[in-house]
Amino acid sequence: MTFSEKFQRTTEMKHWLGDMEVDHFHYTAGVAGERFFIALRDRGVILGARCAPCGITYVPPRIYCEHCFAELKEDAYQEVGPRGWVRAFTIARLGKDGHPLTEPEILAVIDFGSDSTGFLHKLSGVAPEEVRVGLEVEALLKPKAQREGRITDIEHFRPVA
Amino acid sequence: MNLGKIHKDVAVVGAGMTLFSRRLQETGKEMSWEAAQMALDQADLSLDDIDAVIMGSAPDAFDGVHKKGDWLLDGAGGTNRPYMRVYTGGGTAVFAPIAGWWHVASGLFEKVLVLCEEKMSSCMPHAQSAFAHIWDPILDRPLKPNLVWIFSMEMQRYMHTYDVRYEDIALVAVKNKRNAVGHPCAQLADPDITLDDVLTSEPMALPVRRLDISPPSDGAAAVVLVSEDVAYELTNEPVWIDGVGWCIDSTMWTNRDLAFPKFVAHAARMAYEMAGIKNPRKEIDIAEPYDPFDYKELQHLEALGLADPGQAAIMTREGKTQRDGELPVCPSGGLLGVGNPIAATLGIKVGELFWQLSGQAGARQVPGDPAVGVAQAWGDLMQFSSVIVMRRRS
Amino acid sequence: MNQAIKPKGRSLSAEQMKQVPHVIARPQAKYAWAAGVAMSHFLEGLKQGKILGRRCMACERVLVPPRMFCERCYRTTDGWVELPGTGVIETFSISYIDTNANRIKDPIFVGVLAFDGAPPHCGIMHYFGEVSPEEIHIGMPVEPVWKPESERVGAITDIKYFRPREGIPSKRISQRRKRG
Repeated sequence: MTFSEKFQRTTEMKHWLGDMEVDHFHYTAGVAGERFFIALRDRGVILGARCAPCGITYVPPRIYCEHCFAELKEDAYQEVGPRGWVRAFTIARLGKDGHPLTEPEILAVIDFGSDSTGFLHKLSGVAPEEVRVGLEVEALLKPKAQREGRITDIEHFRPVA
Repeated sequence: MNLGKIHKDVAVVGAGMTLFSRRLQETGKEMSWEAAQMALDQADLSLDDIDAVIMGSAPDAFDGVHKKGDWLLDGAGGTNRPYMRVYTGGGTAVFAPIAGWWHVASGLFEKVLVLCEEKMSSCMPHAQSAFAHIWDPILDRPLKPNLVWIFSMEMQRYMHTYDVRYEDIALVAVKNKRNAVGHPCAQLADPDITLDDVLTSEPMALPVRRLDISPPSDGAAAVVLVSEDVAYELTNEPVWIDGVGWCIDSTMWTNRDLAFPKFVAHAARMAYEMAGIKNPRKEIDIAEPYDPFDYKELQHLEALGLADPGQAAIMTREGKTQRDGELPVCPSGGLLGVGNPIAATLGIKVGELFWQLSGQAGARQVPGDPAVGVAQAWGDLMQFSSVIVMRRRS
Repeated sequence: MNQAIKPKGRSLSAEQMKQVPHVIARPQAKYAWAAGVAMSHFLEGLKQGKILGRRCMACERVLVPPRMFCERCYRTTDGWVELPGTGVIETFSISYIDTNANRIKDPIFVGVLAFDGAPPHCGIMHYFGEVSPEEIHIGMPVEPVWKPESERVGAITDIKYFRPREGIPSKRISQRRKRG
């Protein structure tokens, strides 16, 4: 069964334009996030939290182990960076709007030894054809005065000299 | 409804919740973990024991994160497990445990964790900005509505149809904010609040004033559901989910009755039939109806069959719905007193009945050894309701 | 069994929320919502100063807002009906907050009206104007105040608001129900 009448001229079809009135979202980094970002900002170190029974070091740290649900307390936090290795990567040659980039951008998952956790960041100082899984890299941080306690306090990762 | 096809009886053996607060520092995942961990602790279970996880959370627009259920997954204990998110707006608070119930009642799973999370503080300038997306974009949104309008119009219609006095409605806010004093998670508990405080509070969208409304909150809550096969191994005081029901009305809200929520009555009828409740007024010891606005508690009591239409206000005036009254209503302090993190109000509806019926409600404990309770939630575009009947058998 | 509630969570003030590590993100979500078959006709009608409904022969309702299907009978509706445009207030609110919960001094009168020529509960939400907080009431007869034709674009806001009809007595649009 279909509607008894339809539009003959599509110009009669109407629509209404609008957008999301939300001005912005304000995301707190949370309890573990606070430790992670303050350590990054003030001390320039990368923190993880280790669940010893599961043998997993969460980077960034969490207040719980997602596998056994144990609380990761004070003593679970440890410095894991600034050195890590590339677990996965991609070479972007097009920007977000689909236009070619003048310089290709390398995005990588940086692992800090756990083989299962880590985070996404930019890779620089290496030619696209030389990037490989397992490449040893280190974080290049912004000068302390410019750091704000965000993931962008790390400029990028680069191969260990 | 084919009651013969229910394979297992389902019990609540643990519940947990975080503080309800206008802003929590915890991320949604961290809040989820805190509530879930508390519920598991109470049931003496670890995540390893859990067969499946249900996540309930309201609009993605609050967080600006799509597929929010997946996003919250690791804090909810869902990693590498059968996991699903359910969402029926505010109705999620009681609908998520209904989803947990059918996972167990079907015989498919033995132990299920039900987790509800809401973080409304991220949305700026106000969670209201995200609520705008509840309205029809062609008909309603060009009029720049505020969600409070719809409740105000419904309240007006309710008062008109049944000749209900605002002074009696406002007593619900007084009662619940006082009840919340006994709740360790409460956001808006007030031992000294008076009727006059409500009647003279700031006009929002009249007849609704500021103290008629529950506050936006951050919070999470969880319950652990298990089958009859293991309930008594875990606790001497399981509280059984004896009936569940849910129903939704048309989204064309201007074409609805507005005075009497028939869909709540349908959901209640389903739950009562399953629970074998013939006369709810005689058989129900505690009610936890959804109370995001004070008049909603009254409308819901009436649709739950616990009062005749228009009479819940009089019961309230006569003190019958107080914690030590004939029918204690919202002994938790409700959304008006404890807070309204939409889906996470699970903790003050189903969670509260668990604590009350197992005698663990502490300062909030309803006297007289209550055995049967009804919890109800309400949501979507004020059109959906979910109902659970819970019972202690010993 | 362990003790019941041991609440966790760290409450923040609005000020503290700005001090703890956080990220601000701005959504860039733009939409063009299709009005669809029924609503496009309805909006086109508004542009011409008409209120249009759809008749369902099965339940004998005139659906306003119109739809091409009746959600109760779950069948296609049967044809267009032009309504006189007048109606009565079914319910209303006097709002001192705007869409973003900002406080406003001059209240917005808003409500649901039922159109004459359609059964009860067949109506839309709109503003009311030329009325005072003391006068407005359920059952008040109202009529649309249109924007000038040249300013109408085929939107619900082509009607500025509904105002009281002079000389028409208030209707009891539905019996007050007996309590209890």
